[in-house]
Amino acid sequence: MAFAHLLEVDDIHSHLTVKDGTVSAVNGVSFTVDAGETLGIVGESGSGKSMTALSIMRLLPRSGSIVRGKVTFKGRVLTELSEEEMESIRGTEIAMIFQDPMTSLNPVYRTGWQVGEPLRIHRHVDTRTSIKAAVDLFKKVGIPDASKRVGEFPHMFSGGMRQRAMIAMGLSTSPSLLIADEPTTALDVTIQAQILELLRTLNRDYGTATILITHNLGVVAGMCDRVIVMYAGRVVEQGRTEDVFARPEHPYTWSLLRSIPRLDADEHEPLKPIDGSPPDMIRLPTGCKFTPRCPFAIARCAKEEPELLAVRDQLSRCWVTQGGVTLDGADLG
Amino acid sequence: MRSGVISRVVGQIRAVDGVDLDIRQGETLGLVGESGCGKSTLGRSILRLVQPTAGQVRFKGRDILRMGSRAMRRMRRDMAIIFQDPFASLDPRQTVADILGEALDIHHLARTPRARKERVSELLGLVGLATDFAGRYPHEFSGGQRQRIGIARALAVDPSFIVCDEPISALDVSIQAQIINLLEQLQEKFNLTYLFIAHDLSVVKHISDRIAVMYVGKVVEVSPARDLYRQPKHPYTGSLLSAIPIPDPRLERHRERIILKGDVASPMNPPSGCRFRTRCFKAQPRCGETEPALETVNLGDHKAACYFPLS
Repeated sequence: MAFAHLLEVDDIHSHLTVKDGTVSAVNGVSFTVDAGETLGIVGESGSGKSMTALSIMRLLPRSGSIVRGKVTFKGRVLTELSEEEMESIRGTEIAMIFQDPMTSLNPVYRTGWQVGEPLRIHRHVDTRTSIKAAVDLFKKVGIPDASKRVGEFPHMFSGGMRQRAMIAMGLSTSPSLLIADEPTTALDVTIQAQILELLRTLNRDYGTATILITHNLGVVAGMCDRVIVMYAGRVVEQGRTEDVFARPEHPYTWSLLRSIPRLDADEHEPLKPIDGSPPDMIRLPTGCKFTPRCPFAIARCAKEEPELLAVRDQLSRCWVTQGGVTLDGADLG
Repeated sequence: MRSGVISRVVGQIRAVDGVDLDIRQGETLGLVGESGCGKSTLGRSILRLVQPTAGQVRFKGRDILRMGSRAMRRMRRDMAIIFQDPFASLDPRQTVADILGEALDIHHLARTPRARKERVSELLGLVGLATDFAGRYPHEFSGGQRQRIGIARALAVDPSFIVCDEPISALDVSIQAQIINLLEQLQEKFNLTYLFIAHDLSVVKHISDRIAVMYVGKVVEVSPARDLYRQPKHPYTGSLLSAIPIPDPRLERHRERIILKGDVASPMNPPSGCRFRTRCFKAQPRCGETEPALETVNLGDHKAACYFPLS
């Protein structure tokens, strides 16, 4: 194939108009996804991780728009396609699943009908064939009693089963990229484990590349080859999951990893919280956006914003680590 | 269960079904389970915010379910609750001073306006908020700050027992540790007893002395926190533990996972015998016949309700 990467996101800037003004929700985000790999995007609410995904899909809310940047998928520039062309990419090549499987399914249509819809629209199959395909898809994603359940309505499904149905719909046209936006956040832990296992299997068996958006560092650790850490609309760190967790090169990642209680911690030690609150996107500080909460900040941090540059094995947007300083006690392994 | 606009009772769910649990002075008892398992209902039953249909709740030796309203009001001064959602649990039209002062007024804990004001300032100080926040409204605060206000409100009556009902699950990851540490500091300072309800086992393990695990209205295992994690006895606890992702890629890669089949059983129509047997990887015919009792499985303090506990 002619293209270097499956997906290339290049310097995307997306704005969102809110009550008090305009928010730069995504600010110069760039990354690539290769065929078959799983990329994690972590960040807290408001960090821009979902907006990044919606920018790729060109599904930003009406108050939002991509103001700069380029998204290339299999050599085609998505940001320049007509709405119609984009529509067909969304239905066939890139699938997206959302946090809340309750609101993503239409309550008045049978699940099998909805899951078969992309096939009817984009592959022009008849209803019968699409329902038959839905039964197979239900089996593939582990919905028991598939031939009976395609005739049921979404309200008859549990949360975990709805999320499986959503995944089945996403897979119906065998997309090469699946974007999962907090797919397990609304689910119970044991159901979360089931869905994550399903995503792992699909990735392994069908080679579907996945972008997994989550706030849960544990989920990233278990699922992703590479990870992007976002803060205030920017990528602050990027690298192989193992490197980033073993030796974070951005103080935000470093602090976050130290602040969460771990199941495998042996002794009771007080947690080491991050000071302050997540940034107010309307009134962002100048310089590095993490400076007010950063234990390593130097004078320069509040004045100039650093670039995302190579620091050892990963990329980091930090004056301190770019200057050669190692984050103290950073080996958390 | 209620239905329709007039809240007609159409059926009953045994959200909490025959639970025996003791909470010891000065400890944190963690209560974990998945949504709908009855953990919040249990927490509220203990405070009598929902009236249990049967059973007793003994607080400092007295059965609070059979107390008259006057005695109950006096008792309420000794217990408090912190809610999950700091957005929904604070009245948007009240200032912080009003929110905190209300509890003081109800229990006549501040005789003069000046005493009230001083107490409000003191409470704000305890939870790490500036005194001049007293005149502001909830919408002016971030999620973490609102939860601090919720904690200050719980402390207002100077209780000895606090039910913390998912106090951090609505907060941003970077804020959660602040609130956990605050709860731990306050516990030490005022010798508080906590019932800490949560679905996140990593957090519960961190904060609790002992942990009770609930499944569909039943407590299936109770144990000191450390033992529960080292040697879970109930298959449900084992699978719950293995389902928690650990933020360490090297560990995660080689972890053995128990992936449960199926969904959580419905409390409307629970399975016969052990309620977990429909998803259990160790289930035998016996499990469907009679319900296993919560019995001591290890040395002294560790109990589980299972015929075939994990070794």
